[in-house]
Amino acid sequence: MATMRQIRTRIKVAGNIAQITRAMKMVAAARLKRAQDRVIAARPFVERMTDVVADLTRAMPDAQAHPLTEERPVRTTGVVIISADRGLCGSYNSGIIRRTVELLDEGSHRELRLMAIGRKGASFFARRGHKLDDIPQVSAGAAAYHEASALADCLRERFESGVLDEVLVVYTRFASVISQHPVVERVLPIQPPVASEADTASTRCIFEPDAATLVGSLLPRYLTTRVYYALLESAASEHGARMTAMSAATDNASKMISALTLSLNRARQAAITKEISEIVSGAEALKS
Amino acid sequence: MATLHLEIVTPDRVVLDTRVRSVRLPGTMGSFGVLPNHAPLIASLTTGAIKVEHDNGDIEYIAASGGFADVRDNRVTVIADTAERSADIDLARVRAAIERAQAQLAEGGAEAYTQAQETLRRYMNRLKVAQQQEEEAARRH
Repeated sequence: MATMRQIRTRIKVAGNIAQITRAMKMVAAARLKRAQDRVIAARPFVERMTDVVADLTRAMPDAQAHPLTEERPVRTTGVVIISADRGLCGSYNSGIIRRTVELLDEGSHRELRLMAIGRKGASFFARRGHKLDDIPQVSAGAAAYHEASALADCLRERFESGVLDEVLVVYTRFASVISQHPVVERVLPIQPPVASEADTASTRCIFEPDAATLVGSLLPRYLTTRVYYALLESAASEHGARMTAMSAATDNASKMISALTLSLNRARQAAITKEISEIVSGAEALKS
Repeated sequence: MATLHLEIVTPDRVVLDTRVRSVRLPGTMGSFGVLPNHAPLIASLTTGAIKVEHDNGDIEYIAASGGFADVRDNRVTVIADTAERSADIDLARVRAAIERAQAQLAEGGAEAYTQAQETLRRYMNRLKVAQQQEEEAARRH
């Protein structure tokens, strides 16, 4: 059995850990709030953008002909992995990595080129001997729109020049604070969203400038929007996962502290009992 | 009287979501106005001022850059990279940014030059929008 001094040390250690995890939980909660607000703020933009693209493709069926929507036989696939810069966020990073490894395993017939946002994913695949393609730097926890735009431009260039025949994004969809799912989404070639309404009677529409130019400037923006939204959702997921993980860690630490306190008290009681019985038996021995 | 529903969204927020009498948009092919019962239209926008005539007759200017407008069934949706209502424009910040951009223009290389030029255009636009709003207010009184 552990001595009282050992138990006291362990209680102290657990207390210190709990203090740190509690602080991390608080920081994550604050960041989560901000990240969540940004997701919510971006949602109307994403929806309207999708509507406009849908409107445009409906009004102009030959929008399919744009180079960014072109389906080619896939020889090389670009995979953008969105992970976190730091750990201690539960299964957030491992979920993303597992999903990517699955992709690597099933994609033997095509060449996969990995691109990583967030150091955790980058270092995992670098350690395993994968070569990572350079992409513009994006801050994993708090991406700005212009960063997303630079990234989207880079992906678009590689797609247009034929370096990549399709681009997948592996990111974490934010369902709620406690539930996030790693998903794979195909962002290139662009599959224009189909308008939900059935009025394909093609309302005659004025285009300014002409439809082809319009599609040419709208589709890249649509791509940026999707990349941006994936980044935002990932950020919210990261902070959510970290908050949950740190909250669980704090709970575990306090559970451990109470268990240790109990055994400390038991040990103390045992020591006292032992001492008393020693005194009593000593006194008894003197009497006789 | 028929009105339009105007919605202006940017990546980080909904700037405006309201009923209006008319709106004037900075199209890439030139500025154009939209009144109720306009034909369906999709247009790309450039850096410029959006002039909104509110339901109560108030005129408001909004500095916008880059994006698209979608007009359909008396709904005008503007998707812009940035949009700032004249009331939200911080003139001190705008002037500082203009000075910075001008300094960059003077010294920077070719790439920095075009970038600075673009920044300058955007901030000049904000400045102009703020002034237009002031003139509008002066006209009222």
